[in-house]
Amino acid sequence: MTSLTEKRAPRTQDEKRKTRGKTRRREHLTGWLFVGPFGVVFLAFLIAPLAYALYLSLFQKKLIGGTSFVLFDNYVKAFTDPSFLSGAWFVIRFALVAIPVQIAVALAMALILDAVTSLFTRFSRLMIFLPYAIPTVIGAVMWGFLYSRSFGPLTDVFGFFGATAPDFLSSNLIFYGLLNIVTWQWAGYYMIILYAALQGIDPTLYEAARMDGAGRWQVARRIKIPLIAPALILILVFSLIGTLQFFNEPQILRYLAAGTIGSDFTPNMYAYQQAFGLANFNYGSAISFALGGVVFVCVYAFLFFTRKRRSFL
Amino acid sequence: MSESASAGHRRAQRHLPLQILLGFLVIYFLVPFWWVVVNSSKDAPGLFGGGNTLWFADQVDYLGNLRQLFTYDGGIYLRWLLNSTLYALAGGIGATVLAVMAGYGFAKYRFAARRFSFAVVLGALMVPATALVIPTFIMFARLGLTNTVWAVILPSLLNPFGVYLMHVYARDAVPDEILDAARADGAGEVRTFLQIALPLMRPAVVTVLLLSAVASWNNYFLPLAMLSDNRLFPVTVGLGLWQGVASANNAGGTSLWSLIILGSLVSVIPLIIAFFSLQRHWRGGLSVGGLR
Repeated sequence: MTSLTEKRAPRTQDEKRKTRGKTRRREHLTGWLFVGPFGVVFLAFLIAPLAYALYLSLFQKKLIGGTSFVLFDNYVKAFTDPSFLSGAWFVIRFALVAIPVQIAVALAMALILDAVTSLFTRFSRLMIFLPYAIPTVIGAVMWGFLYSRSFGPLTDVFGFFGATAPDFLSSNLIFYGLLNIVTWQWAGYYMIILYAALQGIDPTLYEAARMDGAGRWQVARRIKIPLIAPALILILVFSLIGTLQFFNEPQILRYLAAGTIGSDFTPNMYAYQQAFGLANFNYGSAISFALGGVVFVCVYAFLFFTRKRRSFL
Repeated sequence: MSESASAGHRRAQRHLPLQILLGFLVIYFLVPFWWVVVNSSKDAPGLFGGGNTLWFADQVDYLGNLRQLFTYDGGIYLRWLLNSTLYALAGGIGATVLAVMAGYGFAKYRFAARRFSFAVVLGALMVPATALVIPTFIMFARLGLTNTVWAVILPSLLNPFGVYLMHVYARDAVPDEILDAARADGAGEVRTFLQIALPLMRPAVVTVLLLSAVASWNNYFLPLAMLSDNRLFPVTVGLGLWQGVASANNAGGTSLWSLIILGSLVSVIPLIIAFFSLQRHWRGGLSVGGLR
């Protein structure tokens, strides 16, 4: 039927419009057929859980009286709950330190790898990227070994210089212990993204700058970094989302650092503990939803801010 | 590549300090691997005996440890590896198929509510995946799906970033003229997609496939929440379980520690091989997301 309408040349204006309308409708239909399967998954595993979490978070389960509708009581409870607040404060503090560190390291490595080409740099690029292929859980297990007092190398290394080894699993230093793990895990991935962006820059721009007497450092600062700003923003957003939902690494180190990392160390761990440890799904949902909301607002605000800023550059 | 290589050769010698700095960085990134490689050759006494922790003990016994790893608790470790492979392949391939189709659809068809739907997908990039785990768990519990492989595979099919990546790539790498020419030659929409568009999008497809498979392989929170039968665990949750057991009882756990160390090493080998062998494909695709 469709082939028929295609082959027959439209004669009158009216007929032409009808055929166009048909192809338009067909384009609508095929477009939706391509997007549809993803749309179903999107509704089922993103929209539905979010809506359900919101719904659950409006109820409270009590030992006496069963489940009752409490509107925003769970949120009021969360934002006055010292466990949730201290976890949220930790991830925010952690994000403020860890994200700049990771991106600075990634950017420095990408700039070096972009500027210097040799067999060794090609090898280094792969080795620096390697941790990305390691599950975060395994990465945390590995670093947990390295930090360990009983079989880690820190005692030996520091002992060699006659110093006492720092205990990265103690409550004083766990912040730095985790900082090191996430930097190790993610800097290589960010570096690859930035490196790919750097390689996409038209090299004639460098020639022009060099003619104008710009040094290597100036080329990097004035040309390379501004041109890869979109890639920088992309990884900033990724790392922000990732850091605020921090879970795997502290959850794994918890076993090794008994007493240092409590079950409310990050908001996600707290939600997990409420839901699966205490079967308090309503409150767990509220924390999840609140955290999701905080992440969404933070990222949105950040994107808005950078879009404004970018017009000044 | 060749022209920059010749130019780079000149610079390489001038920039010895940078290369030395790079050398230190490489050492930093490799130290944990080195530690694991060295210490997975040791038995429990070698591990706790106070020898050099960054060098091999007198007795190097990979085979014995491997045998122990794969026979411990009825060979559960191999099962975990196979589970991880299943989750990574099913989740990765499924998510990629959906993302490629949707990205292509968003880029190449003008349909009702397209802009709005795409904006919603972009917004979904900012929703943290872990916020969805608890409500999804309760939904699945109602449906009796928790503690089955579906509980891990189905949520992994969602990859909004893959859709975004495919959209950008399809928009730039698949010219409308070629598609129109194919249609004029009488090819249907499906054939145009499979035979014309798909080959043009291959670098991005490989990238999305690799990223989704890695995300599934690395996933910890979702299977940890969904699964209670340890025979369904992926290797991440399994090793986490062992680590908890080993830390809880210090004396009885000593033999388990060497299994965990070797288990970590064995579990990372498949992904490292996948990354290195597919290197040429994913490098082209990764730049896409960052350039726009």
